[in-house]
Amino acid sequence: MARILAALAAGILFGLGLALGGMTDPAVVLGFLDIAGAWNPSLAFVMGAGVVITFFGYRLTMARGRPLLAPNFQLPTRKDIDPALVGGAAIFGVGWGLAGYCPGAAVSSAVSGSLDVFALLAAMLVGMAIVRFARR
Amino acid sequence: MTQFLLPALGGAFLALSAVLLMASLGRIAGISGIVGGLLPPKPAAGDEAAWRYAFIVGLLLGPVVLQLVTGANGIGAPAASLPAMVASGLLVGIGTALGSGCTSGHGICGLPRLSVRSFVAVGTFMATGALTVFVTHHLL
Repeated sequence: MARILAALAAGILFGLGLALGGMTDPAVVLGFLDIAGAWNPSLAFVMGAGVVITFFGYRLTMARGRPLLAPNFQLPTRKDIDPALVGGAAIFGVGWGLAGYCPGAAVSSAVSGSLDVFALLAAMLVGMAIVRFARR
Repeated sequence: MTQFLLPALGGAFLALSAVLLMASLGRIAGISGIVGGLLPPKPAAGDEAAWRYAFIVGLLLGPVVLQLVTGANGIGAPAASLPAMVASGLLVGIGTALGSGCTSGHGICGLPRLSVRSFVAVGTFMATGALTVFVTHHLL
């Protein structure tokens, strides 16, 4: 139960952060990516604050040696730069630039009940599942 | 000033979430990974599925909480046509699954871990995202 509540609280904080930071507003996201137009730098501050605070928060957390509600930290261990990483990130960027939704923003925005957002979200799940089946 | 204060506050909440999830469950707050892990062919089960669903419910509640506190939920109207939304969703799904992460997993969580893979991923998706907006907004 404690694990569920911790995940729920983390999810609420994340959804709050996305909505407060403008990530759930495609106009703000596309404005950030529109370097040649009326550039809106606000997402740089979302990312900047998020990265700097997480840097120190993670250090404090790791210094404890283990998580409170799990036996160990589960961290990615790969260090190689492979075509899937670069190609996947490139494809994600094109999708992000087309409509202005990253996966978190797509999920959080669905609470508005927009059918267009549901369509994007459904297509995203299909895309993820295609890769998972292909990699099986 | 407030123009940058609110986004920075939003970033602080994302960081709090990432640190809380790491300190409690020992997991990376990567949304594409959390969501993708629930999909076939091998969907997470039991507790491994439960915490992921709880996090997703939280993601949905975030804007609702913001609405209760400030009167606005921060969700903007879609700016793309329905076909573009579907194409975008497909590309975001395929790309984040292939590239092992998105703006949260590689950005908020990977950069602070000084992961080289995350630096490459963030640089790449920022570049192709900007290029896509340049093409759709200024060339088409």
